[in-house]
Amino acid sequence: MCVSVYVLCVCLCVFLHCVCVCVCVCVSVCVCVCVCVCVCVFRHLLELLRRTAVHGESNSVLIVGPRGSGKTMLLGCVLRELMSLKEAQKNVLLVELNGLLQTDDKIALKEITRQLHLENVVGDKVFGSFAENLAFLLEALKKGDKSSSRPVLFVLDEFDLFAHHKNQTLLYNLLDVSQSAQTPVAVLGLTCRLDVLELLEKRVKSRFSHRQIHLFSSLSFAQYLDVVRAQLSLPPDFPDPKFSDEWNHSVTKLCEDKTVEEILRRNFNGSKDFRSLHSLLFLAVSRVSVSHSTLREADLIEAWRLISVDSKANVLHGLSILELCLIIAMKHLNDTYDGEPFNFQMVHNEFKKFIQRKSHSIHKFEKPVVMKAFEHLLQLELVRPVDSGVCKVQREYQLMRLMLEHGQVMEALQKYPQCPTDVKQWALSAFG
Amino acid sequence: MSRYITRLRMRRTYKWNGRPVGEDRKLKRQYYESMSISVEGKTEDATVSLGQYILIEGDDDDNPFVAQLLKLYTDDSGKKKTAVLQWFVRMCEVPQNKRKLLGRDPHPQEIFFYQDRSCDNEVDGETILGAVQIEYVPVQDPFPVGKSRDILFVKLLWDTKSFRALDPELMQPPQSPKSPPPSSRGPQTRALPTPDPSVMKRAMSGILTRGSMSTGKMSSSEAESLHSASKLSAAKALSAKRRSQAVSGPQVRKKLDLCSPSKNMSRDDVLGELLDERSEKTLTSKLNTSPTGRISISIRLTPLNLNKEECVSPLSSHSPDKPRMTAHDKDDAARAEEEHEDSPINTAATSRSKRKSAQLVSSRIKKQLNLLGNKIDLQSDGEDGDDDDCFIPSKIDLQSSSDEEEEAKIDSEDELIVKKHRGSGTSRSTEKTRVSARTPRKTPSKKTAPATPRTPRHATPSIPSRTAPARKPGNVLEEARARLHVSSVPESLPCREQEFQDIYNFVESKVIDGTGGCMYISGVPGTGKTATVHEVIRSLQQSAEQDEIPHFRFIEINGMKMTDPHQAYVQILQKLTDQKATPDHAAALLEKRFSAPAPKKETVVLLVDELDLLWTRKQNVMYNLFDWPTRRNARLVVLTIANTMDLPERIMINRVASRLGLTRMSFQPYTFKQLQQIITSRLNRVKAFEEDALQLVSRKVAALSGDARRCLDICRRATEICEHSGSQKNSSGLVGMSHVMEALDEMFSSSYISAIRCASVQEQLFLRAVIAEFRRLGLEEATFQQVFVQHQALCRVEGLQPANVSEGLTVCQRLGSCRLLLLEGSRLDLFLRIRLNVSQDDVLYALKAD
Repeated sequence: MCVSVYVLCVCLCVFLHCVCVCVCVCVSVCVCVCVCVCVCVFRHLLELLRRTAVHGESNSVLIVGPRGSGKTMLLGCVLRELMSLKEAQKNVLLVELNGLLQTDDKIALKEITRQLHLENVVGDKVFGSFAENLAFLLEALKKGDKSSSRPVLFVLDEFDLFAHHKNQTLLYNLLDVSQSAQTPVAVLGLTCRLDVLELLEKRVKSRFSHRQIHLFSSLSFAQYLDVVRAQLSLPPDFPDPKFSDEWNHSVTKLCEDKTVEEILRRNFNGSKDFRSLHSLLFLAVSRVSVSHSTLREADLIEAWRLISVDSKANVLHGLSILELCLIIAMKHLNDTYDGEPFNFQMVHNEFKKFIQRKSHSIHKFEKPVVMKAFEHLLQLELVRPVDSGVCKVQREYQLMRLMLEHGQVMEALQKYPQCPTDVKQWALSAFG
Repeated sequence: MSRYITRLRMRRTYKWNGRPVGEDRKLKRQYYESMSISVEGKTEDATVSLGQYILIEGDDDDNPFVAQLLKLYTDDSGKKKTAVLQWFVRMCEVPQNKRKLLGRDPHPQEIFFYQDRSCDNEVDGETILGAVQIEYVPVQDPFPVGKSRDILFVKLLWDTKSFRALDPELMQPPQSPKSPPPSSRGPQTRALPTPDPSVMKRAMSGILTRGSMSTGKMSSSEAESLHSASKLSAAKALSAKRRSQAVSGPQVRKKLDLCSPSKNMSRDDVLGELLDERSEKTLTSKLNTSPTGRISISIRLTPLNLNKEECVSPLSSHSPDKPRMTAHDKDDAARAEEEHEDSPINTAATSRSKRKSAQLVSSRIKKQLNLLGNKIDLQSDGEDGDDDDCFIPSKIDLQSSSDEEEEAKIDSEDELIVKKHRGSGTSRSTEKTRVSARTPRKTPSKKTAPATPRTPRHATPSIPSRTAPARKPGNVLEEARARLHVSSVPESLPCREQEFQDIYNFVESKVIDGTGGCMYISGVPGTGKTATVHEVIRSLQQSAEQDEIPHFRFIEINGMKMTDPHQAYVQILQKLTDQKATPDHAAALLEKRFSAPAPKKETVVLLVDELDLLWTRKQNVMYNLFDWPTRRNARLVVLTIANTMDLPERIMINRVASRLGLTRMSFQPYTFKQLQQIITSRLNRVKAFEEDALQLVSRKVAALSGDARRCLDICRRATEICEHSGSQKNSSGLVGMSHVMEALDEMFSSSYISAIRCASVQEQLFLRAVIAEFRRLGLEEATFQQVFVQHQALCRVEGLQPANVSEGLTVCQRLGSCRLLLLEGSRLDLFLRIRLNVSQDDVLYALKAD
């Protein structure tokens, strides 16, 4: 009993440590992105929203940037800052919509009505038909005026999805309100599509103010390293200063390491967004335990290995020799016919040729057995029929494509445990 | 809605009462004293006679026109019945813009004496719906409270320009000049003696000082009007009866004598008249002063009480007709009995306030009839109304207590007995008709199925108001920015003078002629179409206010602001009459409204914005919109707005396009000079821009789209940029070229290049690989597999470790989500099809400069 409690305590301790570190990482991400990416943009947006809140000026703005570039975070910071202003504090209504949740105008309208607490909301439900709701909302917005009614901030996440709604009714109306003397509104769209304006219908487009804020990270690798260091470091007010010092020291050392730098550079080359970095570091940090309480190079390498592993590699590892042979046969067919689709019969022929000519270790399989193996590959989607629509063709002659890259096959062969050498050689040989 | 149907279903028949009282040989007219209206399915008739206040069928089912009947005549053939009227107007009939002239909120039951020579005062006799009760209230007196909701009050006179105090004299039915020559009028036809004018005057003053309701005239016909309106509560009527019986007794008897030989009037007419004799409480005050008032003061309590019980039971019980009918009969019998007895009432009762008597009666009702069950019944019946009240207490007309409501209910039922001649079976529907005729908003709630929750009807749409007041613009730039905002309404619309004039002339001519027409206005977005039309309407409304042109209604609908083309009907109807209906029903109502002739009809100007969205497969919405103006009586002007010039040819079928006609106008995109003028006029001497800067903006926008909104937005952005930079370096404080350039760059420059520049190394390599593959293939499309091979090769060239397939796909997808690449068939994995969304040159340019 005692022992188990002790173990539990230790576990908890470790867990807490991990959580602590992770939380710190999270927080620093916040700060870093905001500080180093977009001070200027931040000011622009804040000023814009402040004018809506304080002067009652209607605005519309799009924040465009690739995924993970910090659009939502930027907006969150701006809104936080805005709400801390005394003059804007109680003067703003916020409506948040997401294109992935509000998939059509009907749902979106209900959500707006609910968030605005208009009078046709009973409890948490919005009553009335779509037409009634629209009329009601428009009437409500129309009744307001610049000086007396509370400004409404509409945040439309995944803005591009709203443009796919029928007739773009919602966007038209919101933007129309923002361009007419009604309740002051600010329409803030967040999207990762650069061509978002082309999605808007011409009337809607004309009503949009064309104010776009682009968030691109022009980060250099040195800055990126700094961010990594800052993210991993514990804040000075960490309750255990000794541990904190030790940890921060190890982090500094880690960042100077060549291997680690190489890994980080590869990650940086892959994408500049902080989400991928975050997931890498998270994996590394989660390997920290009581027994080794600092972050080591090996942790990061292991994390990188986990992250960068090819998604199909593991599937290939689990294949039987026969299936692997079939895949090699398909690879040869691909090489021979320059990527043209093949059918089972061709693969089987190729496989038979290999058995007859070169194979020493692999004995002859019956055709149904080979067929079974082939179907297994089909199930794993390593092979895919070219056109699933046509099922009239006999199974053996249905055209297929191999869903594997040349390199993937070779790598799998290298790593395959106890792979017969004749199979390896067959794979390496130029043509079957 | 149901009300409308029932009204259609009820066919009324009209016939003259008695013989013609006069004849005009020259005009070949025969004048009549009264007319009886019988409603199909009812056994009893209602009667309207000269001097009485009547309701005339109008466009609005809830608010029929009110008038005083002056003459009734038939033409030679004897078929067409014509009524000559003195109109009264409700507040809702007064043009919107003039309503403020009243200087106060109108009383919900208030109507105005209508003095307009141009208005046709002859209507078809068959449009008369029935009688109504009107009371004159002196100007300085407050409106009487606690009266039935069906009594209308008249206080002022409306002469289409202003409200004036109404001379009570005007309320008198013009006796000699308008009624048929007295010689031809047999004295025997007069039900009541013509009252002495001096008596009337005195009576009036008496009434006025007491502030009770007053009719302002005492003629027999007036008495009858009181009857048929009989908006007094039954209870009140009963209590009044006792009081008035004494004085009116002789008259009643006289009338009875009169009627019985003629056999012309049905028993109920008599009853009605009797009823109204009883209910005409106001008369009692006069009668007190008049000689007849003092006839007898003897009091008989017992029979009265008995009578009371009998009378009350039918009225309080809300159950269907049968019992009430019998009760009614009993009541009738009792009354007949009374008449003979000539029982007077306590004169003290006369001085009692009406309210008191009502209370007294209701308390008695409760006591005597242990009304509990009935009361519940009553309330459940009047529930909708009560609910209404709960929802908006701000609505004055609904502020009556439920008590009063019940009262109104009772008495209107009473009225129903008299007026509608309730036949068994139809009572329910007629009741509905009546109820909704009084308060329109009840009708929808009646038909609302409880299963489908709807918007609470009286939820008032509003956005909460702000706690801190909005700040006013502080400096020149802020001022300029406020003026440049698209929403700010400019004093005038420059550069659209010609279009303005054309539309103005079109609408004005239609309004003046009282005809209808369509106009189609096209133009790319941001060229001021809607703004110009609004401007036209504004100035037309101004001139209507100055009585240069007749009044008209302006209604606006927008295709984008509705969820379905058929909602157009609903919105038009709602804006026109404030009714709610389903699309189909709204279409039917509008159809009726625009095709039926009606007196006092205003021209309606309908603006249909974004017309193209009203397109349906059968195009019936468009068809109706363009067909209505062609009706003879419609007086509808339809202005339609859309973006494309050839919309009628492209999407409309022939019969629709033909009805739209050829009155078209197209708004050209603004030229740079016009744009410059627009900005200048908006800024209106606020010096915030350098001339060159303005010119640059307008030239740039004119070259791109000619969209004024764009132009204003750019200018607004430029002021912001100027504000930011102004704090850093000491510039002139004006918006200069550099600021405008920056704003233009921000809005018009493509973001693709900077996106590519900021992309990660792998992403850039992938783009390169795509181009390399395209060049190799000679096509603009490649599969991921092909590109990936190139990508790996490029990685080796660049000395990077080649990415594996998963990484490659991630990179590819990320570029796809930004729409730098167009990806197709993402489930195809390696065979994902890739195209570039940017030109190859742009990519190479972006990558080279790196």
